[in-house]
Amino acid sequence: MTNAGHAVMLFSDAVRRSFTSLIASAIFLLVWEVACRGFNIRPILLPPPSLVIQELAESPFWFAQQASYTLGVTLAGFGVATVFGVLFAVAITEWKVLDRLLFPLFVALNSVPKVALAPLFIIWFGTGAEPKIAIAFLIAVFAVVIDMVLGLRSVPPDTIDLARTLRGSRLKVLLRIKIFCAMPHLFAGMKVAMSLALVGAIVGEFVSSQRGLGYVILSAQGMFDTPRVFAAISILAVLGVILVGVVNIAERLALPWHYSVGEHMDQ
Amino acid sequence: MISACDVVKRYGDVRGVTALDRVSLDIAEGEFVSLLGPSGCGKSTFLRCLAGLEKPTSGTLQIDGAPINGPPDGLGMAFQRDALLDWFDVLENVLLPADFEGYRKQDFEPRARQLLKMVGLSEFTHTYPRALSGGMRQRAAICRSLLLDPRLLLMDEPFGALDALTRDQLNIDFRRLWSERRMTVVFVTHSITEAVFLSTRIIVLSPRPGRMVEDIAVDLPVERKLALRESLEFTSYTRNIRALFERMGLIHD
Repeated sequence: MTNAGHAVMLFSDAVRRSFTSLIASAIFLLVWEVACRGFNIRPILLPPPSLVIQELAESPFWFAQQASYTLGVTLAGFGVATVFGVLFAVAITEWKVLDRLLFPLFVALNSVPKVALAPLFIIWFGTGAEPKIAIAFLIAVFAVVIDMVLGLRSVPPDTIDLARTLRGSRLKVLLRIKIFCAMPHLFAGMKVAMSLALVGAIVGEFVSSQRGLGYVILSAQGMFDTPRVFAAISILAVLGVILVGVVNIAERLALPWHYSVGEHMDQ
Repeated sequence: MISACDVVKRYGDVRGVTALDRVSLDIAEGEFVSLLGPSGCGKSTFLRCLAGLEKPTSGTLQIDGAPINGPPDGLGMAFQRDALLDWFDVLENVLLPADFEGYRKQDFEPRARQLLKMVGLSEFTHTYPRALSGGMRQRAAICRSLLLDPRLLLMDEPFGALDALTRDQLNIDFRRLWSERRMTVVFVTHSITEAVFLSTRIIVLSPRPGRMVEDIAVDLPVERKLALRESLEFTSYTRNIRALFERMGLIHD
């Protein structure tokens, strides 16, 4: 099967599976709507879904623009976090010195609240997209590194013995064995990193921005425009689901040996 | 070819576990030697020392007159669990030794296909190991260990995890293969029948600490069929070994 064909099949599969989740969401929205109307809740406290949808429908392009800005920052932060995270994990698992030298520093850096660093990044990188990408990267990278290191160290003892008896170079062992062993762990880390990158992008936009969903939330809140806040939040929620779904599909395409195998044959 | 003299392997400190106790043994080129003994008698440990995966605590262990320091040249090894790589298909797995040695994989592809054909896996060259049964996986793993025509083949209970029927079949296949190529084989097993059926020589080890109890030359026809196992000569070997195990207190009747 071609890769594209495979992807289409996976996608339609995902659609079928998400049907049940859609029903659940619909019930949730319905209860929300009924509650808002039944208890006469003021929209400034909790707008009913219909009002949020109306808000979205009034300026769809504007919302799409803001969302795509946030999406861009998220993907950039996530991408850099994945590349750097993988390289860093390889470096500290291959060279013990680097592990002892850099890992404590890395953990210490990660323990600093990233939100506290945001103003610093504005000073360093200005008010463009860069500081937001930097924050998204910083929040996301830890998940990638931790899972990748775990994965690289998860080679079964038998496989290590095999590699030793075959007398392969360290590079061969890394490229033919360790990387593949680490892949399932890496993808688990990437899913966490993706949602964290989205959080990072919003945090960055909170601190200083004229664009993006974080800016929309902050400015609408300033005007007590609660439906608009909810509109931005619902876009964020949907964006998060889609992004993690994309990583899921990428995982299935990248690890065919994990998924494409059907029934186990009996002896 | 292999010469072991007073090989001792102890894990941990003085109070630690002694796995091998003064094992001395010479193995000539072309022998098929089975190490036979109960679980935990150190037979796998001895094999791992031969493979250069572990170092003896004391004593000397030499191949071709040189002490073993890391995996020797021309080594093939088959593991208890097949150790196939899940992410490569069967052919890629079999070609792995060539790839690791730095040879061009294409050069070894005909050889790999021939080996797979011999063990009946021709149809599965592009199947991932996960889709194969235990017996098929083990056969693929044996092909891998044979790819570079090893001078020395070390096998650590390769058929241990298989059902009786598959095990019999692989015994026959492997015995035929050995009689064609005559590489030196050191084969670890705890099955008496398997050891007698396959080997030219059987070393019986005692329970921990592993000591050599008996060195038995198996004088049976080169061509061995399953029916041989019912023959008088065959059963006299198995009976003797079983009696040995009884004396060691391993089997009670």
